[in-house]
Amino acid sequence: MKADGGVLITLAVQFAIMALLAVGGANAVVPEMHRLAVDQRMWMSEREFTDMFAMSQAAPGPNVMLVTLIGYHVAGIVGAIVTTVAMCGPTAVLAHFLGSAWERFKDRPWRVVVQAGLVPISVGLVGASAIVLTQAADHSWMAAVITIITAAVAFWTRWNPLWLIGIAGLAGLTGWV
Amino acid sequence: MPETVPAAPSAPIPTHAELFLAFVKITLSGFGGTLPWTRRMFVEEKRWLTAHEFNELYALCQFLPGPNIVNLTAVFGSRMRGATGAIAAWSGFLLVPFCVMLAAAILYERYSDVEAVRRVLSGIAPAAAGLMIATVAKMAVPLFRSFGPAPFVFAAAAFAIGYMRWPLLWVMLVMAPASVGLAWWSRR
Repeated sequence: MKADGGVLITLAVQFAIMALLAVGGANAVVPEMHRLAVDQRMWMSEREFTDMFAMSQAAPGPNVMLVTLIGYHVAGIVGAIVTTVAMCGPTAVLAHFLGSAWERFKDRPWRVVVQAGLVPISVGLVGASAIVLTQAADHSWMAAVITIITAAVAFWTRWNPLWLIGIAGLAGLTGWV
Repeated sequence: MPETVPAAPSAPIPTHAELFLAFVKITLSGFGGTLPWTRRMFVEEKRWLTAHEFNELYALCQFLPGPNIVNLTAVFGSRMRGATGAIAAWSGFLLVPFCVMLAAAILYERYSDVEAVRRVLSGIAPAAAGLMIATVAKMAVPLFRSFGPAPFVFAAAAFAIGYMRWPLLWVMLVMAPASVGLAWWSRR
C-alpha cells in the first residue's frame, strides 16, 4: 500500500494520543485501536484486526507490538515505524521526566487517592478489550468454547499461555473451529 | 517466595552498551511476556536492582501512561545513565520485537488468504480473547475484595468502551476525575 503524508500524520497523532491515555498498559487501548482502524478509518476488516491481535499475542515480545502490524497494514514499513515510535516514544519521554519526580511523592496522600481512582478504570479498560476481542473472534460455537476453555485454564492454572495458543492453532488447522 | 537475593545490588552501574544488550537479550528470551525475564535479568542475573527496588520500579511504570514495560526501559535507563541511557535501553528493547512483527506483517499480507493460515488464525484468535478474559479476571479480583466505588468504576469503564464503543479520550476525560473524586470521597 502506498503511504502518503496524510495517513502517516494521522497514524502518528492518533497512536501517540492513544498511548498517553493508556493507563494500565497497551491492553487497555485495544478497543480504541479497533474503533480507529475498523470502525472509523476502515483501514481493515474485523477479521484482519482479530488476526493481527492473535499474532501479537503469539509472537515474542510485548503485546504492544500489535501497533507495528496495524502500521504496516496501513502504510508499509514506514507506517510500521511511525505507529511503533508514536506508541512507545512519547510516553517513554514522559516516563524519563516523571520517573524520578513521582518517587518523591510516594507517601503523599493525594498520590494514593489518584492511584486508587485510576486503577479500576485501567482494569475496566482491559475488560473492554476482552469484550471487543471476544465479540470479534467468536463466530462459531467451537470458537466460543475455545475462548471459555482458554480463559478458565489461564485463570485457574499456571500453564504457559503459549501452550494454549498452540493447541488452539492446531484445533483451527485441523478444522475444529 | 523466599528471597535469596542480597539486600544491596553489588553490580556497578551498567554502561550504555550493557543496557542495550541486556534488553536485546530479554526480548530474545521473552516468549509469552517479557516481565518475568526482565525481573530475572535485573534482580537475579545482573543485580542492578534489589527485589524491592524492582517492585517499586514496576509499580511506577504501571501507573504511567503507555506500554508498561516500555516505560520501564526508559525509567531504568535514565536512572542509570540519564537520557542517553534511556534511549539505549528503549531501542534495545524494541529492536527484536519490531523486526519480528515486521516479518509477521509481511508474511500476513502475503499468505493470510491461504486456507491453512486462515484456519490456524481462526483457532488462535478465540484463544487470545480467552487469555484476555483471564487477565482481566485476575486483575479485577482485588477490586471486588474491598468496599468502595472500585467495582462500579471498573464495570462502567468496561461498558463504555467495550460495549458502547465510545471514544477513549472522552471517556477518560469524564471518568478519570470522577473516579479520583469518588476515591477521595470514600476515603474520608
